[in-house]
Amino acid sequence: MNPVARVTRARMLMGLAAAECIVLAVGLLTINAVGDWGFVLSLRGSKLVTIALVAWAIPFSTVLFHTLSNNQILTPSIMGFDALFVLVQTLGVFILGSVQVSILDPHLVFAGELVVMSAFSMALYWLLYARMSHAIEVLLLVGIICGVLFRSVAGLLQRLIDPGEFLVLQDRLFASFNSASSGEQACAALIICLSTLWAWVRFPSLDAMLLGRSGAVAVGVNYDRIAKETFLIVTLQVAAATALVGPITFFGLLVVHLTYRLLPGAPHRLTIPLSVLIGGTLLIGAQVILERLLGFLGTVGMVVEFIGGIAFILLLIGSRK
Amino acid sequence: MIEIENLRKSYAGLPVVDIPALTMPQGGVTAIIGPNGAGKSTLLSLIGRLETPGGGGVFLDGENVRSFRSTDLAKRLAMLKQDNSLTARLTVADLVAFGRFPHCNGRPTDRDRAKVSEALELVRMTELKDRFLDELSGGQRQRAFIAMVLAQDTEYALFDEPLNSLDISHAVAVMRLLHSVARTMGKTIVVVLHDLNFVARYADHVIAMKAGRVVETAPASHAIREDLLKQLYDTDVAVSTRDGRTFVDVYG
Ligand SMILES: Nc1ncnc2c1ncn2[C@@H]1O[C@H](COP(=O)(O)OP(=O)(O)OP(=O)(O)O)[C@@H](O)[C@H]1O
Ligand SMILES: [Mg+2]
Repeated sequence: MNPVARVTRARMLMGLAAAECIVLAVGLLTINAVGDWGFVLSLRGSKLVTIALVAWAIPFSTVLFHTLSNNQILTPSIMGFDALFVLVQTLGVFILGSVQVSILDPHLVFAGELVVMSAFSMALYWLLYARMSHAIEVLLLVGIICGVLFRSVAGLLQRLIDPGEFLVLQDRLFASFNSASSGEQACAALIICLSTLWAWVRFPSLDAMLLGRSGAVAVGVNYDRIAKETFLIVTLQVAAATALVGPITFFGLLVVHLTYRLLPGAPHRLTIPLSVLIGGTLLIGAQVILERLLGFLGTVGMVVEFIGGIAFILLLIGSRK
Repeated sequence: MIEIENLRKSYAGLPVVDIPALTMPQGGVTAIIGPNGAGKSTLLSLIGRLETPGGGGVFLDGENVRSFRSTDLAKRLAMLKQDNSLTARLTVADLVAFGRFPHCNGRPTDRDRAKVSEALELVRMTELKDRFLDELSGGQRQRAFIAMVLAQDTEYALFDEPLNSLDISHAVAVMRLLHSVARTMGKTIVVVLHDLNFVARYADHVIAMKAGRVVETAPASHAIREDLLKQLYDTDVAVSTRDGRTFVDVYG
């Protein structure tokens, strides 16, 4: 595709998606609102903020992860981040009990989750990538194995705890946009802003990473350094999003593949903003349709994941043809 | 000037490059020849700091290539690898534009865009510039990668088997191009070649390698001779001269 045509197309698509986001956001805030407007708006506004943060962090980190791993079929959660989140939550309920956990300072819990997840990913990075192999595949493979381990341990603990406690836990684990507090949101927003600033500086180097390690080194990219930074940023974003709403897997893949389809071969400075806007449209749209229009009371995240997974498979089958 | 001192590289204990001392001829086209597995690509990767040496080093004007800042080296030395497969989807123009990365840090100016167009023109790829790489034939893709190295516009350029999958007309065009770039702009071009007739016609110097060692460095006119080539490839080779031009008959 001609670069000029591509930029024009990207601008058009971004404008469209941004307009949709705004319309849907207004819809989310106002449809079926009864009673005190101040109260309704602050409640729904907080939800909108959470959705926006997730719609920003997940597609963003997914694109970065694809660039880092040179593979577009993976999601960052393959590294076992979500599984670790589930394990931390389960351990909390297992050791302290659901009552104790629910009276813990949520900011402390949030910060703790962030620290555990970042520490895990940086440990993996240092041990496997910097020290041993310099092969991203080894890192991924060990990440997958850790993910399985975390999941199994969490599964075992969930079987051991009291069924009533388990229900409480399950509620904490499904992606839900209702529960985040303003402190958590601020913390996540800070991470996302920093990541965005970082990416702004690094966009050209990220593009060059598509040439592979030796190709990027040949044109003067300090590959190892950028790879390390990217890995840290991906971890922080996934950790922030997961701590806000719980594990989300397919949503990112779906959104990002839609973007790749709409803007094939585009540089990061176009791909990332568009994927974020499409992500916003999808998440807010799902919320409006399911909750406001259909009166759905369950967790919207679950539905997004279910439909996202199916849509993603269809997209892949479609692209094979 | 590219100088090599005590350069060693081994894989799983087996030495694949072992060069006590070598000074690459400055200026002109230097061909590296040798049988498969001789260590030619490994040597090029060591010069282009894509691989870490097991010992010794490569020095560019006296400074070890590994101590250069990444972009500073890329402004002076460019490299085409032997196999260029990409998983990412890129257009030809985008690929060639990466050659300008060290000069503009990925934010191209008009001058960079001009260099890219010029490089595309040189390999006759202008018409295909908006195609994706996976929509090209093997030879067209190879030319796109050559254009990327040309766009980098460096004093030193290393090409690992640039004629891979090129038809005869494009192979001749690329060799002429490298030759004239070296002549007119005073650049130092190092090419790994398997076609000895191209070496005889277009190279100024020859470095012959076998089993990780340099067995001969000489002007091309001197290096293209039967005893050296026989020893190098363990096969019968007949070198003849007609109208003042050297031909190598390798077909037995
Ligand atoms: N990553 C690697 N791991 C192990 N051995 C390797 C690796 N890369 C190269 N080798 C070995 O090093 C030797 C030199 O390889 P190199 O690619 O430099 O040869 P070459 O002279 O370029 O050959 P060709 O003409 O086939 O391209 C070969 O014996 C090869 O098997
Ligand atoms: Mg080779």
